[in-house]
Amino acid sequence: MPESREVKFSDAALEEYRSLLTHYPTRQAALLPTLWIAQREFGWLSEEAQAYVSALMELPPAHVRAVVSFYTMFHRKPVGRYLLDVCTNLSCRLRGADQIVECIRNRLKIGVGETTSDGKFTLDVVECLASCGTAPMLQLNQDAFYENLTPDSTLKLIDELAARDR
Amino acid sequence: MERILTRWLDIPDLKKLDVYLANNGYAAARKAFFDMKPEDIINEVKNSNLRGRGGAAFPTGTKWSFIPKDSKKPVYVCVNGDESEPGTFANRYQFENDPHGIIEGILITCRAVGSHTAYIYMRGEFTVQKRSIDAALAEARARGYVGKNVMGSGYDVEIWTHRGAGAYICGEESALLESLEGKRGYPRNRPPFPAIQGAFGCPTVVNNIETLSNVPHIINRGADWYKAIGPEKSPGTKLVCLSGHVNKPGLYELPMGMPIKDMIYDIGGGMLDGKTLKGVIPGGSSFPVLNKEESERAIFDFDSMRAIGSAMGSGVVIVMHEDTCMVDMLRATAHFYHHESCGQCTPCREGCGWIEKIMNEMEAGQGRIEQLDLLNNISDNMVGNTICVLADSIAMPVKSYVTKFRGEFEAHIKLGRCPFKSAEAKAQAA
Ligand SMILES: Cc1cc2nc3c(=O)[nH]c(=O)nc-3n(C[C@H](O)[C@H](O)[C@H](O)COP(=O)(O)O)c2cc1C
Ligand code: SF4
Ligand code: FES
Repeated sequence: MPESREVKFSDAALEEYRSLLTHYPTRQAALLPTLWIAQREFGWLSEEAQAYVSALMELPPAHVRAVVSFYTMFHRKPVGRYLLDVCTNLSCRLRGADQIVECIRNRLKIGVGETTSDGKFTLDVVECLASCGTAPMLQLNQDAFYENLTPDSTLKLIDELAARDR
Repeated sequence: MERILTRWLDIPDLKKLDVYLANNGYAAARKAFFDMKPEDIINEVKNSNLRGRGGAAFPTGTKWSFIPKDSKKPVYVCVNGDESEPGTFANRYQFENDPHGIIEGILITCRAVGSHTAYIYMRGEFTVQKRSIDAALAEARARGYVGKNVMGSGYDVEIWTHRGAGAYICGEESALLESLEGKRGYPRNRPPFPAIQGAFGCPTVVNNIETLSNVPHIINRGADWYKAIGPEKSPGTKLVCLSGHVNKPGLYELPMGMPIKDMIYDIGGGMLDGKTLKGVIPGGSSFPVLNKEESERAIFDFDSMRAIGSAMGSGVVIVMHEDTCMVDMLRATAHFYHHESCGQCTPCREGCGWIEKIMNEMEAGQGRIEQLDLLNNISDNMVGNTICVLADSIAMPVKSYVTKFRGEFEAHIKLGRCPFKSAEAKAQAA
């Protein structure tokens, strides 16, 4: 599991970090992209991960903490292997987002913001994800969009994910 | 109508450099770099009457002319791809399908304002979209369209993508700059304006993705050609984000000035399930809602929408049918702004909190009639009293819902529950 690994960037991540620095006139400007690398490397931004970034970038720990806590996509606690972010904003509501949330809750027996006990799934609700024309929708692991969802297609997706790497 | 910004629907694989080049790609950049002086570019764009697509409709050429000539400091171009206004989903498809159209627009902008570095700020959720534009940038860089000595012109332009991490407020241009600098996205007091002191303390142009995507076409075909599309003062095509209760929701490129009625009944294939129209949220969640009668006479361009007391915003048309609970729509809107207020200004931070609390009570049927006036009062105190206009963006919708759909609020209060939730749905939820 990523959490148990030593809190240190891999060589490839360090390489990526160094090339990021060339994009900006200040080192601080690379903070968000560096935190993204950290979240990818460590799975979430623990105190140790934040301290590591602060030391690496020679930025005050308080600044790094303040930034991490401002942005909702940075995880300050571990999340399941499959993070389901369901949009419940206006257009998605009109097309049945609440039913999508309900059917996931019922299937996984977890509430919004919770993770299944096997650490596999986390359910969250989010604001508009720029996919309103194909509502309702969810984003998996802050990456691919699943659109035009129905309760059936949602449950099928969950079954597929559950069957992966079993 | 000829498709201009959504050419990818006619040209498969437009996102690949070779296909883009085969379809007149980078011809406008070539013209701008070799045949035009920076002031010629700015004048052409000014004459085209192109207005910003990010929501404020500011004339783009005029914005560029505010950048000091011969600045001693570097000049930055920051492209706003935060696209977080609820109901908006145009930039998303542009990133996925026409990344070179975006890059070419940026190159020309950089040349016009004397900039050698551009940042594309993308909302954090745009992972797939970032891969798409990063791939296009790599291809363009390898072939000499981006980087040192662009197309052999001797002029350098670096373009970098920068990913946010989940904060609506970072779409506000000064918050975007703070976020780019590696800080919390707190909007700045103005003046100084970005044109004088923007990114890293230097003169900066901030433009929306869609705005800049128009620029290559204007340079290729001229301001007069552009002005002839739609109303002259607000010309061009618009990427309209049609969603909600229509049969064919989606992104449509339409000439400015189309009646919303035609978008619903013609383009959108009519109302979902044959139900009756109740209203439309135009522009995005930040703008006043329209009732049925207003929706059916609204003309979708900047000035016509202003004239009926709302806005075209970022091109949003959210359609709602008769079964929609307007109290719940306002509750969800209030929740959004409360969640996204950065908290710097007391009227915004407190006002958003009060409004959400009242709306939660209203929707649950626990509201009181006096609270309708209270909602109006709170909103009045938010408008014009804050660093940025996020406060206005909830205040204006609140006033419009309470005025135009007052009967629904009263029904919730009278019944002590939401009249749109059937007993069956309630039993299911329990
Ligand atoms: C709260 C708030 C959110 C905004 N979000 C966006 C956004 O997501 N994308 C955007 O282009 N403009 C957004 N804007 C408008 C920008 O501040 C700015 O006016 C725009 O990027 C300028 O580009 P344009 O002149 O090309 O329209 C937002 C403004 C506010 C107040
Ligand atoms: S108006 Fe609201 S969002 Fe804008 S700066 Fe003030 S507190 Fe922040
Ligand atoms: S409202 Fe759900 S993606 Fe926009």
